[in-house]
Amino acid sequence: MAKKSSASNAYSREFLEKIFRTAHKIRVFETEGIKLYRQGLIRGYFHPYLGQEGIATGVCAALSEGDYIASTHRGHGHCIAWGADVKKMVAELLQKDTGYCKGYGGSMHIADISVGNLGANGIVGAGTPLGVGAALANQIRGSDAVTVTFSTDGATNNGTFLESLNLAAIWNLNYVLVVENNQYAVSTPIEESTREPDLYKRGLGIGVESHQVDGNDPLAVYEIMRQAVETCRKGKGPVLIEAKTFRHMGHHVNDPGKYMPEDRLTYYKQRDPVDRARKALKDMSDISDGEIDAIEAEIAAEFEAAVEFSKNSGEVSIEDFRAFAADY
Amino acid sequence: MYREALREAIDEEMARNDLVFIIGEGIAERGGSYKVTEGLLDKYGSLRVRDTPIAEAGMIGVGVGAAIAGARPIVEILYVDFAMLGMDMIVNQAAKFRLMTGGDGRVPFVMRTQGGTGGGVAAQHSQSLEALFYHIPGLKVVMPSTPADAKGLLKYAMRQDDPVMFLEHKHLYMTKGMVPDGEHIIEFGKGDIKRSGTDVTLIAWSNMIPRSLEAAAELAEQGISVEVIDPRTLVPLDREMILQSVSKTKRAVIVQEANRRGGIASDIASIIQEEAFWDLDAPVEIVAGLDIPVPFNLTLEAASVPQKPDIVAAVKRCIHQDNYSAAAE
Repeated sequence: MAKKSSASNAYSREFLEKIFRTAHKIRVFETEGIKLYRQGLIRGYFHPYLGQEGIATGVCAALSEGDYIASTHRGHGHCIAWGADVKKMVAELLQKDTGYCKGYGGSMHIADISVGNLGANGIVGAGTPLGVGAALANQIRGSDAVTVTFSTDGATNNGTFLESLNLAAIWNLNYVLVVENNQYAVSTPIEESTREPDLYKRGLGIGVESHQVDGNDPLAVYEIMRQAVETCRKGKGPVLIEAKTFRHMGHHVNDPGKYMPEDRLTYYKQRDPVDRARKALKDMSDISDGEIDAIEAEIAAEFEAAVEFSKNSGEVSIEDFRAFAADY
Repeated sequence: MYREALREAIDEEMARNDLVFIIGEGIAERGGSYKVTEGLLDKYGSLRVRDTPIAEAGMIGVGVGAAIAGARPIVEILYVDFAMLGMDMIVNQAAKFRLMTGGDGRVPFVMRTQGGTGGGVAAQHSQSLEALFYHIPGLKVVMPSTPADAKGLLKYAMRQDDPVMFLEHKHLYMTKGMVPDGEHIIEFGKGDIKRSGTDVTLIAWSNMIPRSLEAAAELAEQGISVEVIDPRTLVPLDREMILQSVSKTKRAVIVQEANRRGGIASDIASIIQEEAFWDLDAPVEIVAGLDIPVPFNLTLEAASVPQKPDIVAAVKRCIHQDNYSAAAE
């Protein structure tokens, strides 16, 4: 992965470009994906990551090959930031046999264990123990790999949050729990779910190094995550990071999100993580507007090609499905 | 002994594969409530044999996650009753991961636990919950009745790639029996004839095997020859062995300690009537626990699950049915 250069706040153009590419690619995937959904090409559930792109982008930039991630129901952004193939993602959403899960999983279950992606998850809070388990497996095999669970504010009120983070703590696992605090558990605001909305404090109570970061700032997320990874590789994990953010829309595509106050939405949109990634790239490197346009055009073309590829793909046959069932 | 056979299986597999590890409550220093893991901490160290806090959802989930990531965990849960705290991890994660990943993701996860009545440990420590797991596609359900089966099946469980609910019985840990020397592995889906007979097929598992064998011995004295068969694994189920035996004896009695409603006995009965209806000389009998939580009072506890006289009576009813139909002809 690209590394930050020596002077603080001085990033290489390559690194800044990678941050922007990732954040923007997630934005395009979700924006275009919603269009496909509205056209009826994507069925089932689609939980957009719009507005939260900075977190997956910053976190994954601090990880290396061999590390592991576990994700949530809102998982497209994590997959993309982890380097997933957009073609196979779109194909999965379109139920095709060329998708990551051959159409057996769908949006909420994209996984690729061959590269350490333990998968999205339809059960809020479930990624926490699964991630801790992967960290435990790595400790047992003597690997210094770090496992990250992307989790949510909603999940912090689930019992698995305490149970798993506590296990990671007593076993000193190389584990980072990233709580994406988008301030809504489906439609229930954080203030109604807990008396202490600063969620990082939960980790402190069980002896876990814990931090809070602006989740809409990809570089700030990257910096805190880089430190967390270092802490882990020194054997001093786990680490909890609370990344504050806000969704740009409701819980899923069909949820208008009318319960989200306009002023707060405006506040966060003014701090849009993709805009900030673009601005950082422009301000801190010699890239030209034309070159940025070219990156955007390239990503748009990649998505279009993925849709074309998916439309031309087939589906698992009933015969193959029955054979799978007989062996299950 | 049953518990020693289990220990041997874990010991041998830990020696064979560095990715096998075991976690649970009080299993390391203390050696487990049933002494199954005694000595393993000294032999394999605290990296691979570790105690957990009382956090079943967490420990089952961590086991499932470790399995997905390629390790071979055994999670020991003190009582099957406590596994209810981790059902999301078992039902929604472990059982479904292979399908959700289109077949690529595997979960070589073994949950060892124990169930059943015995000794007045009351409603929350006495259940037979195998039907819950049996119902969920993707889980293997194993219920050994003898030391040899316990060892052979546990070794196989630790080598295959699907989540296994390995359900021991609290009354069996001290039972004795021969265990074959050397590498002893029993594949899933292969039942065992525990006693050969010709008049009635008696299908049972776990602690209902010794009880059924006692009943069969008593019936033999009365001239009734009972074949006692033990599927050993409920998922996968050795349908062939059951159907072969039933086609020979023409009668079937199924005995389960679990309560009757929605139980595995009912499912086996439906398989028999579908596949062997024309072979039957009498309706299939089911002997099962009452549809009520297990009471503490020892007399009532005993009354809540099948006892030897219940099994004997069911076999006789089965034979009697035949006499009725013969008389009617």
